[in-house]
Amino acid sequence: MIKKNILFLFLLLLMSCSSKEEGIYTPKPTSLKIPELFQQKLIEPVIPTNNPLTEEGIALGKKLFFDEILSKDNTQSCASCHNPQKAFTDENRFSEGVDGKIGNRNSMPLFNLAWNFDERFTWDGKETSLESQALEPVRNPIEMHSNWINVAQKIKNHAEYPFLFQQAFGNIKIDSTLITKALAQFERTLISGNSKFDQYLLGKAQLTSEEKNGFDVFMDETRGDCFHCHGSNNNPLWTDNKFHNNGLDAIFTDLGLGKITGDPNDNGKFKSPSLRNLKFTAPYMHDGRFATLEDVINHYSTGLKNSSTIDPLMKSVNKGGVNLSQKDKDDLKTFLLSLSDNDFINNLEFQE
Amino acid sequence: MKQFSILLLSLFIFSCSSDNDEPIKEVDIKVNFSQNWDGTTIEKSDLSSTEFSYIIGTDIKTETTLKIDKLRYLISKITLTDGAGKATTFDGYQLVDLSNSESSLFNPSVKISEGNYNLSMTFGFNEDDNIDGNYADLNTASWGVPMMLGGGYHFMQMDGKYKDTKNVENPYNFHTIRAYNTETKKAEDTSFSVDLGSINVKNNATIEIKMNVAQWFKNPNDWDLNKKNISLMMDYEAQKTMSENGKKGVFSLGTITQ
Repeated sequence: MIKKNILFLFLLLLMSCSSKEEGIYTPKPTSLKIPELFQQKLIEPVIPTNNPLTEEGIALGKKLFFDEILSKDNTQSCASCHNPQKAFTDENRFSEGVDGKIGNRNSMPLFNLAWNFDERFTWDGKETSLESQALEPVRNPIEMHSNWINVAQKIKNHAEYPFLFQQAFGNIKIDSTLITKALAQFERTLISGNSKFDQYLLGKAQLTSEEKNGFDVFMDETRGDCFHCHGSNNNPLWTDNKFHNNGLDAIFTDLGLGKITGDPNDNGKFKSPSLRNLKFTAPYMHDGRFATLEDVINHYSTGLKNSSTIDPLMKSVNKGGVNLSQKDKDDLKTFLLSLSDNDFINNLEFQE
Repeated sequence: MKQFSILLLSLFIFSCSSDNDEPIKEVDIKVNFSQNWDGTTIEKSDLSSTEFSYIIGTDIKTETTLKIDKLRYLISKITLTDGAGKATTFDGYQLVDLSNSESSLFNPSVKISEGNYNLSMTFGFNEDDNIDGNYADLNTASWGVPMMLGGGYHFMQMDGKYKDTKNVENPYNFHTIRAYNTETKKAEDTSFSVDLGSINVKNNATIEIKMNVAQWFKNPNDWDLNKKNISLMMDYEAQKTMSENGKKGVFSLGTITQ
């Protein structure tokens, strides 16, 4: 009889364990779809060990990215200012927040963010991870003007989100940390690497003579000399992800990196943006001051303004700039547009 | 006599056995790169802040004042050669960036035996190693040279501002690469090997290699920044002159900690 009881208890214990195991859902690990050229030329992207990519995490992040639930009055989502059709920026010089207020920075396009090895995000380098960056717009009074406690509560009360969070992260309390982890996972998947110029480098497309000359202008130290800060055929990110004063102003109204570091030598420095997808990302510069690519090229050609922190690579500042011929300017623009990636903006995986 | 011989033989065997059993000590080597201006250490905090000066000329002396905004340089083929001429060349290379303290330490995984060695290295990449687009970390660091200048990689980027003869600040881009003649389309290897002298390694050691930045401008060739300052990458003669200066007194052996 005792023997039978022990056996019965043992079976109960086994069943109990089995039942608990079935209740734990394990998210499916996944990895980034890295373009062929990136695999050839670049080192591995940065995926934080405390936020590995999972199918469920990415899907949750995508849903959150397009959901207006993150804003104070449920009127704006991340995508309101980061539109997939605009390479995840918008067409405005300054985006409008939920209260109709505007800031002083142009919305940054979002792509290839996992290859930002210094992990300094935004125009002034204020944010040191994608996760921490995602905290900011939600609580910023001129953006979504919400607060994280309210947002977390709305998500907990939502019909679908609690289940999706459980699948992505297990039985962990839903809060700003988990929400921004999911958003960051989705943002890391936003990879753009299939422009005409990428195809050319892979031997699958031909450049026009104008595009070829434009590339030479870009790489020529005596003409454009763009490559020192903006990548090259061997650095298909088309940015160095560093901070430079590129001669926009003689007197700074926005200190940029200097306000973050407190170092006056950083005043007027802003992140070099990638030159991919310029076709979709006007207006340009940290404050969106240039409406067209012609304006940008004219700035480097004849519009440089000297200041104490101007980058030494703006070497022709005392002549106003590199003084390109009209043909070189036109061809440079043509080349730059060849870095635009229609597949990226039309990728359904990145759309609502 | 026979007994005495046996005793001697036994002693000899014991003696040999004792020598053979003593293990050869294997040690780790690290190389730490530092920079100075004629002996004054240059730190990250000096970037864009500290003014340095150098004097050139014999009869008429010219003093030039400058600031350094950025300093990056590439070292490869760090080699230890023992007394028998056996060379151990550590795999890899080091892109030293004054703004990033972690980049100053080269930490090879291979151990070496304790002993006396001669230390040498290559500034930049030699012809065999200077392969365009070949190194993902250097591509990512935007360290490449355009194909129109022969491709491959930079050896050094030193950017900053100098004061001209009217005391006005002007930019300089002291970039060294493999010299390339844009007219003849011929390249000349301007990387160079540096013999840093002898070291005695007894334990795990960190070896300092010093760069005297001032020497780039004054030995053996006077470098007048008023005349040569920007667009030096395609300047074939400038590249050869910079290489000559680099070979003389720029690099030296510093402290060995072990």
